[in-house]
Amino acid sequence: MRKLALALERVTVELGGRNVVDGVSFAVDPGEWVTMIGPNGAGKTSLLRAITGLVPHKGEIRLGGVGTRQLRRREVAQRVSVVPQSPFLPAGMRVREYVLLGRTPYVSYLGREGRRDQAAAAAAIERLDLADLAQRELGTLSGGEQQRAVLARALAQEAPLLLLDEPTSALDAGRQQEALELIDALRLDAGLTVVAAMHDLTLAGLYASRLLLLSGGRVVAAGGPTEVLTEPLIAEHYGASVRVVEGAVIPVRR
Amino acid sequence: MTPRLWILAASLFLVVSLVVGALVGPVHIGLADAVQSAVARIPFLHVRSPLSPTDDAILWDIRVPRVVVGALVGAMLATAGASYQGVFRNPLADPYLLGVAAGAGLGATLAVVYLRGVDFQNTLPPAAFAGGAVAVVAAYAIGRSAGAGPGGATLVLAGVTVAAFFTAVQTFVQQQHSDTIQEVYSWILGRLPSSGWRDVIILLPYAAVAITGILLHRRLLDVLSVGDEEAASLGVHVGHVRLAVVVCATVGTAAAVAVSGLIGFVGIIVPHAIRLVAGPSYRLLLPLSVLVGAGFLVLADVIARTALSPAELPIGVVTAFFGAPFFAIVLRTSRRMASS
Repeated sequence: MRKLALALERVTVELGGRNVVDGVSFAVDPGEWVTMIGPNGAGKTSLLRAITGLVPHKGEIRLGGVGTRQLRRREVAQRVSVVPQSPFLPAGMRVREYVLLGRTPYVSYLGREGRRDQAAAAAAIERLDLADLAQRELGTLSGGEQQRAVLARALAQEAPLLLLDEPTSALDAGRQQEALELIDALRLDAGLTVVAAMHDLTLAGLYASRLLLLSGGRVVAAGGPTEVLTEPLIAEHYGASVRVVEGAVIPVRR
Repeated sequence: MTPRLWILAASLFLVVSLVVGALVGPVHIGLADAVQSAVARIPFLHVRSPLSPTDDAILWDIRVPRVVVGALVGAMLATAGASYQGVFRNPLADPYLLGVAAGAGLGATLAVVYLRGVDFQNTLPPAAFAGGAVAVVAAYAIGRSAGAGPGGATLVLAGVTVAAFFTAVQTFVQQQHSDTIQEVYSWILGRLPSSGWRDVIILLPYAAVAITGILLHRRLLDVLSVGDEEAASLGVHVGHVRLAVVVCATVGTAAAVAVSGLIGFVGIIVPHAIRLVAGPSYRLLLPLSVLVGAGFLVLADVIARTALSPAELPIGVVTAFFGAPFFAIVLRTSRRMASS
């Protein structure tokens, strides 16, 4: 039997006395791209944070068959890399130094990066076409270049599971497409599993192999884009009037 | 410039500062004589010191130990400041952030007031050290009980609270014993001691351990610069790193303060000036802070000793008076932003 890349069983996250994630169960096969959609406050980000152990949870989360509670923090980081919604980029830090931070889970507490780590960072920089920018400071990069630097850091982490929280919300239409195509290419040639949270429904449906619609902390619909991106489901959970035309979710005036 | 060149340049700056610090003063000592006198101290070489016994004593029993204390205090304050700015991701953090200064001030005041008859010269440093340590432990306990804030914000607020309370107590005690204001005030302004090698022996072990401990964390401080949450998702226990660095920086700062009083500005200006010219990476920033902080304070002390000779300026006045305009120039001419 193939090991699941990620498995959640009745995962609940409580924040401020409220279950923002409420008994969520789902499984992700290796190599899949699963995107969570849902209105603001549906629990997407909290669920991603629970997977990396940034918020406490009830229930069971397994990474490659191992429960996250059995793993130390650095072991989790060796299995999951994260591209946060608004990554903090220290303005004066150089791209090369920043990408090398992705090797943190492999370096001992007071140790330094070895040749293997330098090579992994260099490969990630090469893969994301950042070689010319490697000596540039992060603050001098454009939005799209910054996004590539963040992806390179995640790639250098060499974790089989990549979590993306709104990976394209800060980018223009062209850069959004560029970033998502790039992530999909990485998924295919590095054999990554991708779990994302996204707001843009059309883009979500375009790139995911499977969608999970979260609402009120629960999974209310799951399946392929055509099964989840339907006018009634979107009306019910987003309170939005839309028309779905060939996978494109188009808002219409009420 | 490559990191190696920066380190070389900073080492050169330190060496020049140490030599200037040893030679310049009311009694001028030539470089050649000083070198020969140093060689004369090596046993079995049978070289005679060219200096008179008085000058020899001035050089080796007063000036050199004072220069060494200055270098240790400067290195300690600059390194502690840089590391506080790193763990709290706050460019305004200085080594006194968590109440070390206020606590040490209270300890020193109590020693001056109540142990005056006993020989407060010897009791002041341990009292100041204890006061500083108590204040930071109190700040940490309060910060912990209030829960973790983002970037250690709760801890910083707890430090401000404790500092205010200790300062209030210190001011009260001082007002009750106004005859001691002179001594307390001179300590608060900061001055390097001229009491020979004793202070070097007091300070050296603390500074060595603290600076080593901080330097060992320089890679992790770079990781922390992406924020608590991202550092955690990279596998780092942010709280552990913060505690380890704060303990090192605080112990070292308390020891420095105990020996030299409250010398301000070094812990902010030195790391920021380095950031502006050499970039924000802690791997380079921390070693450079050690070297430049040491040299900077030694030079500041030369000015403190000579500007109004034979009177002495408080060194804290010198660090701010010359440091602030220098920092303004660096800020203006640098193309980099002063980001932590």
